Amino acid sequence: MSTKNKQKHGREKGSVLLEMRDVYIDGYSDDKWHPIIKGVDVTLHRGEIMGMIGESGAGKSTLGLAAMGFARPGCKITKGSIMFDGMDLRAISETERRALHGSRIAYVAQSAAAAFNPAHQLMNQTIESALSHGIMPKAEAEEDAKKLFAALQLPDPDNIGYRYPHQVSGGQLQRAMTAMAMSSRPDLIIFDEPTTALDVTTQVEVLAAMRNIVDQFHTAAIYITHDLAVVAQMADKIKVLRYGNTVEDADTRKMLKEPKEDYTKTLWAVRSLYKEEQANEDVVLRIHDVDASYGGGIKVLEDVTIQVPRGRTVAIVGESGSGKSTTARVITGLLPPIKGEVYFNGEPLPPALKDRSKEQLQRIQMIYQMADTAMNPRHTVRDIIGRPLEFYLGLRGAALDQKIVQLLELIELDESFIDRLPGELSGGQKQRICIARALAAEPDVIICDEVTSALDQIVQEGILKLLLRLQEELNITYLFITHDIATVEAISDEIVVMFQGGVVEQGPKTKILNPPFPPYTELLLSSVPQMDPDWLDTLLADRAKKGDVMKASG
Amino acid sequence: MHPVLRTVLQRLGLGLLTLLVVSIIIFSSLIFLPGDFATAILGQAATPETVAAFRKELGLDEPAFIRYFDWLRGALVGDFGTSFSGRSGGSAGAVRQVADLIEPRLYNTLFLAAMTAIIAVPLALTLGIMAALYRNSWFDRAVNAATLTTISFPEFFVAYILMLFLAVKFDVFPSLANVSDTTPFGERVYRCMLPSITLTLVIVAHMMRMTRAAIINLLASPYIEMAQLKGVSRTNVIVHHALPNAWAPIVNVIAFNLAYLVVGVVVVEVVFVYPGVGQLMVDSVTSRDIPVVQACALIFAATYILLNLFADVISIITNPRLLHPR
Repeated sequence: MSTKNKQKHGREKGSVLLEMRDVYIDGYSDDKWHPIIKGVDVTLHRGEIMGMIGESGAGKSTLGLAAMGFARPGCKITKGSIMFDGMDLRAISETERRALHGSRIAYVAQSAAAAFNPAHQLMNQTIESALSHGIMPKAEAEEDAKKLFAALQLPDPDNIGYRYPHQVSGGQLQRAMTAMAMSSRPDLIIFDEPTTALDVTTQVEVLAAMRNIVDQFHTAAIYITHDLAVVAQMADKIKVLRYGNTVEDADTRKMLKEPKEDYTKTLWAVRSLYKEEQANEDVVLRIHDVDASYGGGIKVLEDVTIQVPRGRTVAIVGESGSGKSTTARVITGLLPPIKGEVYFNGEPLPPALKDRSKEQLQRIQMIYQMADTAMNPRHTVRDIIGRPLEFYLGLRGAALDQKIVQLLELIELDESFIDRLPGELSGGQKQRICIARALAAEPDVIICDEVTSALDQIVQEGILKLLLRLQEELNITYLFITHDIATVEAISDEIVVMFQGGVVEQGPKTKILNPPFPPYTELLLSSVPQMDPDWLDTLLADRAKKGDVMKASG
Repeated sequence: MHPVLRTVLQRLGLGLLTLLVVSIIIFSSLIFLPGDFATAILGQAATPETVAAFRKELGLDEPAFIRYFDWLRGALVGDFGTSFSGRSGGSAGAVRQVADLIEPRLYNTLFLAAMTAIIAVPLALTLGIMAALYRNSWFDRAVNAATLTTISFPEFFVAYILMLFLAVKFDVFPSLANVSDTTPFGERVYRCMLPSITLTLVIVAHMMRMTRAAIINLLASPYIEMAQLKGVSRTNVIVHHALPNAWAPIVNVIAFNLAYLVVGVVVVEVVFVYPGVGQLMVDSVTSRDIPVVQACALIFAATYILLNLFADVISIITNPRLLHPR
């Protein structure tokens, strides 16, 4: 990290920068205004980082934007005061607020890929606010941006700014966005889940870069996330939000050590889910020496061999682009491999979906990441679960209804759900319905593609527990695709580590998760944030010592 | 080769292929039309021998595919053959080249189209951007209502209303747009004002509403919210952040309307007695002057294909993913 451009702005930690008192925010839905934030206070000092955590729907982003005096369309701040450095953001005019945005208060959005304008080069967007607020002339701003790119460890900092957003990776974009926020040296940055969309290996670098730069310029920050381990690395203090109310406020170390409220404790508890591993010699599914590519181009899978023991869970881990989901597509027949075979119960499966028999289709089912898009929004739960029952088992009428209710009970929902539409279900309930749909075919193997990634920690825990219970009762085999190591620990018997289309290693969980590690597995495992606030410092010090930090994104 | 250049060449090739297919369709459909030029000219009383001789002179006795290739070969070098009309039965006195007939008319049509485009396109874009900027305001509503009103009336009605007010009641512009190849440029512009305004009123609604819709469609994007949170002014959010991503749909609608200006303005030409291609084509159809009809149809098809090609190219070069591949 370069410290050459270290500047002091007379912004030593201490005085109060942002003071939000008794803020109420309403949101408009179903033709009514509903309260989203119900009287929350925030006090932030200069140079201080506040973590804001909670489940989705807790109002984190809404509150973060309100700290800028901004409400999204369909939201309005109805009550309370938002004082930023002596100015009441609710009272000043829109022009005055606009003068603050991008110059003294900056925002870093969740998905950099969507928040960068595809039509302009990174540089123009990075320096836009510095230029439009007249903070510095163009040439100076560009030079400064290059220094920021270097400080954020972007590759080729002198030229990367002249590329378009689609020409750089997600992790690089996220760092460029931090540079964009820093370009005018704001007093306050709102980070809205800035690393949620990144792989763990990339996340470490982005976190380190963001923390360094915030530190260097004594910038205050509000860091919004649902990941406790991440917030533990970043924040001086933590605010826990639920249903638009503050649950708990405390210093990071204190809250990690002794959370007071029950709700906070449940957030902590999720990470302690663990399954004892069991071996099984009986292999139900075997992928043998498979190569695959999309449209005959470059190979996205190469020499992939995976064994899946019956009644056990095999977790496939790896970062995005490592070929996890492609492996699932090969197994289900959606993408016939260009080399190799898939064996089911010792018999080779026809490579293409259309050549497989109904019986073969029935034996392997799939659950997807986005339960939302995996269900037809116009079908009721009865249609969704009933369809495979009719198709594979030939059930009709009362027998069909009875079986649907049984399945609903199996996934811990009662029969009142049978006539609901997906839109009337919560995220966790939707995923449960998808599980029931997969179970309806009475399969041997269920492929779970990132099924908990889109869910909050508490809901995740429920889904994982359900999957474990179903496995015990029905002896189902799971092939569990995920990038989340905590989930892997919670559910798997065996682990397959994938990297760039190949299998790095496969073995029992205890063997893979304990040393000695192959280099990539070590990088992956060490990148998973821990609840220890010193984890990032220790990790960076370790890696610097070894001097062979693998560039995961570059 | 740069992928954009390759795509453009590909589209150009496809366009030529389309044009070839269209030429076959034009040629064959005119063969199957009822009625015969020779009989029409010579009258019912002509003897079969006279008719046969006349047909031979026009080349109508050759097999269709030979006539097609002759025609196509000529068309490639701008020679569309000779007009059937202007001949008196049997004598080859005043033979007129189709190209000579069409050329001045085409110039007039393109002049009116270009003049209208220069007025209408910037007007529609400006109104569309302003309507998006002040969406749901009285301005937005007024612009929408006004443009929808003008597009809802038939062209001739708009033309006569304009004539009534701008030519008859207040003598601002001439009511007839009679131009010839000797008319000086300034005079030509002056005489074309009324037809040009009429056409502008007809096409502006479509382009303006697409501009507005394409921009508003993008306003929910995260990068627009990001621009707002960077303190970018409202105008710059629209012009600098939304518009560059909205060109593809807008330019397609512009191309469609420009094509209409070339091929679809016969009503306006008739009302203002403007000597354009549209009138020529209608006259030729009435007199069964097949070479002229064929030539006009081919020019119209080429116009559509070229303008759509142009729209495609603009869509491609305004898409940074295609212009700057990884």
